[in-house]
Amino acid sequence: MSLISLQDVTFSYPNGVLAVEGVSMKLSAGESVAIVGQNGAGKSTTVKMMNGLLRPTSGEIIVAGVNTRERTTAQVSREVGYVFQNPDDQIFNSSVRKEIEYGLKRMKLDEDEIERRVDDAAELTGMAPFLEENPFDLPLSIRKFVTITSVIASDCAALILDEPTAGQDRAGLERLGELIRTLQARGKAVVTITHDMEFVAANFERIIVMANRRVVTEGSPSAIFYDREAMAEARLNPPAVAEVAAALGCPEVGLDVTALARVLTERAALARA
Amino acid sequence: MDSVTLTDVTYTYPGSEGPVLRDINLSIRAGEFCSIIGPNGAGKTTLCAAIRGFVPKFYKGDFEGTVRIKGEDIADASIGEIARDVGFVFQNPFTQMSGITASVYDELAFGLRNLGVPPAQIRERVEGMLELAGITAFRDRDPFQLSGGQQQRVALAAMLIMEQDVIVIDEPTSQLDPQSTDDVFALIEAAQKQGRTIVLVEHKMGHVARYSDRVVLMGEGRIQAIGTPADVFTDPAAASHGITLPESIELAQRLAGHGVTVPGSPLTVPALIGALSGGSHHVAD
Repeated sequence: MSLISLQDVTFSYPNGVLAVEGVSMKLSAGESVAIVGQNGAGKSTTVKMMNGLLRPTSGEIIVAGVNTRERTTAQVSREVGYVFQNPDDQIFNSSVRKEIEYGLKRMKLDEDEIERRVDDAAELTGMAPFLEENPFDLPLSIRKFVTITSVIASDCAALILDEPTAGQDRAGLERLGELIRTLQARGKAVVTITHDMEFVAANFERIIVMANRRVVTEGSPSAIFYDREAMAEARLNPPAVAEVAAALGCPEVGLDVTALARVLTERAALARA
Repeated sequence: MDSVTLTDVTYTYPGSEGPVLRDINLSIRAGEFCSIIGPNGAGKTTLCAAIRGFVPKFYKGDFEGTVRIKGEDIADASIGEIARDVGFVFQNPFTQMSGITASVYDELAFGLRNLGVPPAQIRERVEGMLELAGITAFRDRDPFQLSGGQQQRVALAAMLIMEQDVIVIDEPTSQLDPQSTDDVFALIEAAQKQGRTIVLVEHKMGHVARYSDRVVLMGEGRIQAIGTPADVFTDPAAASHGITLPESIELAQRLAGHGVTVPGSPLTVPALIGALSGGSHHVAD
């Protein structure tokens, strides 16, 4: 059974602006999914409906078997954690530890459990060395990891990461990829919005492409990145390996660089013969 | 002529343990497109702040060395005076907005009104910039109601309209999709073509490779490598300092690991495709 299910969901903002139209998607526990598409395609609005921050104008959203209409935002967000695009929309405590503890204290967990969860989440995200620092003294890229740590500590069944790759360096990107795999291995569903197609190619099994408020297509990275029409509609560039393989007429290599090298080697051998 | 010159700059923020900038010597020519890259914490944002005078004038701390803008030492200039020559866009667009204007139009007009530019001229410049930056559609929107990506474009436009000779931009595309990123780079390139000097901090290395005249790689507060994009991205320092490489160079290096070597350093994916389809690559026996 899917953990989150959106059925023909539409959302209009109170000023009448239509942001999402007829979107359906399903997410299972232990699955990682990347949602890609242009700014304004409806990605953030869609994921904010998954955790109850926004309510659909029409359509149904089922989280862990229950229609979100029958739940408060607080109840839904206990199942689905959302990490904001701008970490400063989320952070307000004077130390990283307090920031992470805040939600746990509201859940009325005992002291030992809070400490265990903070340490575990901070270990996972690499934030352990920063626990006693003031989050506002830390760079934006690290503040983003602070907000991710808070959501991990709350132990939701699903996590939504809204543009976690923005402004990350190589170490940050590697840490993020590792983190997503770990969460997945722990049975969490991880939904990530990102513009970084190399990151998607390296870390995700499923991609949902959005454009103009709708889902254009979904599938595996090796299928989606060779779907020229979908990529053009969403105005995305595939990762370099797909672009090169398509241009050289060997799409069968998918996203596998080793396979691409093998094709090039074989062709060179044929040319020599 | 040098537009920006840093000489022996070493700087420590108040209360921090060691210097964030160490012995920085850097000259940027007038009209040059110079990108600053490096891992987070390398000192890139602080270097920008030093060129704009925020370091040390606003942040205080221990500052040694000199910063010259168009040959003039800025040590005795006020932050406001430096603003005449140096435009600046913050990393987080949410901090850039003045917070006192009700529309994108007013946000762009704000700085010009402060300078006492005549209203007719303000109108003309704002209309022109809205058009150029592709933000005409949001002209009447509240800047704070815009998405992160839209705010980033408004912040950049509000700076470019001031027409300073030197523009310092800290990660202008972090929230942007690929298409808008291309648009922003086109906007910055247009400013360069007007003869303005560009100092850019950016993590999207494909764009850095395509647009920069020169790349400065920073790590641990020091300049670790400096040169053309091809020089810096193939410098062993690039790999050891934890930056991502332009995707074409990254792929070329991975192919080389499997015995397929491409000569030179393809800075773009089309260049890599050209090298591989033109047969200029070498395949190990």
